Amino acid sequence: MKQASELYETYLRTDMLPTILCSGCGAGVVLNATIRAIDSLKMDLDNMVFVSGIGCSSRLGAYINADSLHTTHGRAIAYATGVKAANPDLEVVVFTGDGDCVGIGGNHFIHGIRRNIGINVIAINNYNYGMTGGQTSPSTPQGSVTTTTQYGAFEHPFDIAQLAKTAGAAYVARWTTSHPLQLQKAIRKGFSNKGFCFIEVLSPCPTSYWGRNKVRNPEEMYQWYKDHTIPIGRAEEYPEKIPIGELVNVEKREWTEQWASLVRKVSP
Amino acid sequence: MNAREAIGDTVQFVQGDKACVYGALLAGCRFFAGYPITPATEIAEEMSRLLPLIGGTSIQMEDEIGSISAVVGAAWTGAKAMTATSGPGFSLMQETIGYAVMTETPCVIVDVQRGGPSTGQPTRASQGDVMQARYGSHGDYELIVLSPSSVQEAMELTIRAFNLSETYRVPAILLTEESIGHMREKITIPDTVPLQSRPATEDEAAPHVPPFSPFGRGKKAFVTGLTHQDNGHPSTDDHEVHDRLVRRLCAKVCENMDDIFQADTVRMDDADTVIVSYGISARPGRAASEMAAQAGRKVGAITLKTLWPFNYAYFAELAQRVDHIVVVEMNCGMLYHSIREAAAGNANVTLVSTLGGKVADPTAILEVIR
Ligand SMILES: Cc1ncc(C[n+]2csc(CCOP(=O)(O)OP(=O)(O)O)c2C)c(N)n1
Ligand code: SF4
Repeated sequence: MKQASELYETYLRTDMLPTILCSGCGAGVVLNATIRAIDSLKMDLDNMVFVSGIGCSSRLGAYINADSLHTTHGRAIAYATGVKAANPDLEVVVFTGDGDCVGIGGNHFIHGIRRNIGINVIAINNYNYGMTGGQTSPSTPQGSVTTTTQYGAFEHPFDIAQLAKTAGAAYVARWTTSHPLQLQKAIRKGFSNKGFCFIEVLSPCPTSYWGRNKVRNPEEMYQWYKDHTIPIGRAEEYPEKIPIGELVNVEKREWTEQWASLVRKVSP
Repeated sequence: MNAREAIGDTVQFVQGDKACVYGALLAGCRFFAGYPITPATEIAEEMSRLLPLIGGTSIQMEDEIGSISAVVGAAWTGAKAMTATSGPGFSLMQETIGYAVMTETPCVIVDVQRGGPSTGQPTRASQGDVMQARYGSHGDYELIVLSPSSVQEAMELTIRAFNLSETYRVPAILLTEESIGHMREKITIPDTVPLQSRPATEDEAAPHVPPFSPFGRGKKAFVTGLTHQDNGHPSTDDHEVHDRLVRRLCAKVCENMDDIFQADTVRMDDADTVIVSYGISARPGRAASEMAAQAGRKVGAITLKTLWPFNYAYFAELAQRVDHIVVVEMNCGMLYHSIREAAAGNANVTLVSTLGGKVADPTAILEVIR
């Protein structure tokens, strides 16, 4: 495995550092896993575009030394659809948060999947709106205290990976920041799938979420994600745990491929 | 097949919506994203027919926010890109129009106006989005808004919208109305049109416009709607950075007024009264001017093709020359207020306002002149 410093030189936009992330934020683990996956796939950064919305998670695109479109809250997948559809040769990666992806951006999310536009979406699910100080999000677990559910959240949360699967994504996986190697491998596999790739990462937000929910030190947080998840194959035995692993990996005609064949068919 | 071949005959009898599509394709538009809405739907339909023939891309998005977002994404690959909508969709697009302003993304938005507020009158013309086109997104900014008064002009001004948008790296809005959008008129399609592309180097760029680095060329562009420095890096707490950025974004539009502003004039030489209008309202405006001339009156007519940026100097000078400015609009008075402000009491400014899809009657205009 390459040294972190070596990877940083190659892949990070160093003049944008330090990051805005709080210490202990899981988003850094996701950035690291993404870079390692790109490195091991030997992808050309100059042919990649990182698109993101608004939120802490959506800041990751800024730190990779490639073209990057930091857009409006919730709409990253729609912008990314435009990038990919206009130039299918580009490898497009979207960084998004749970609020960005399935709150304000939920409609773009399911329709991007339905179209099977060949982009790779990495959603950092930290159970809350971190950037705005810890409000409830569509994925906040029931009972959690957030700044807008002061007596505990009671709404039914989305299972985001399941939503992606149901909408028809070509690749879906869920891991946590306590499983960095498996995450990296999933990113590698997902990026290799030509269709819509969706990777959900359960990730700690110590500043805005976990403090209010009484998990205060990094080891405890790390362990929480280990203890509350279960490999997907054994999920039925442990219905109270969150299934992790690869949910979908299928071949499916991708949007830009279909558009190209339509153009070949109709253009004289 | 090239765009000109795909468009077909030189002389055609078509709707304004279709003429917009022709103009866009001639101007080099190769990406369209849209969502159906009366009275702009024909634009999306025609784009979906023609773009694949010439190797372009057309996509129906899940809503208008998605449409304008996809357009901005496509524009960053270097493509000339457009969307088209009407009032309700134009409202949804406003946040991203501001994003396009802040990120200096060339793109064209066609708004075929219908009666509002809300769902209003889907099949009736209006000029009710004039202020929204200028001020619809949050923050201080300037952009370019053009208004055609015929089907031929719908094509020509769409071409111009693309060229101005490219030159100044600013969203350009073609603000038309249901009447022009759905009206059929004879148009003549040119074989070639003047083409502008976004500046690739400082030398090519107009004053205050930075060069554009499209994605995929190793330029490692960082594009953000956050307040940023010249290199694109966010800098959100320094008032000087924000001040400089916003003033430059406004200046690149307003200080190039001579290039951007266009108006057609008739009978202006010795006019003491002038009828100012735009879009479909310009037609009764010009008719009233002609009727007044026949009655021996000195009534000129100005048809604005550029609504925004607003040319204060032009109207200040006009108010020195004439006694009376009559503004004809299909709204409760929108451009009227800016014209009155520019006239600064040097001429009387009167509004002839119609609503509900009714185009002003030339005799009603003559009545206020009398
Ligand atoms: C249209 C709009 N509404 C609200 C906001 C305010 N806002 C900024 S970030 C954010 C939430 C981000 O949450 P999430 O996507 O989960 O990312 P996180 O910060 O938790 O990583 C909100 C609501 C905004 N920027 N734009
Ligand atoms: S607020 Fe939470 S999500 Fe945002 S950087 Fe801090 S720890 Fe990470």
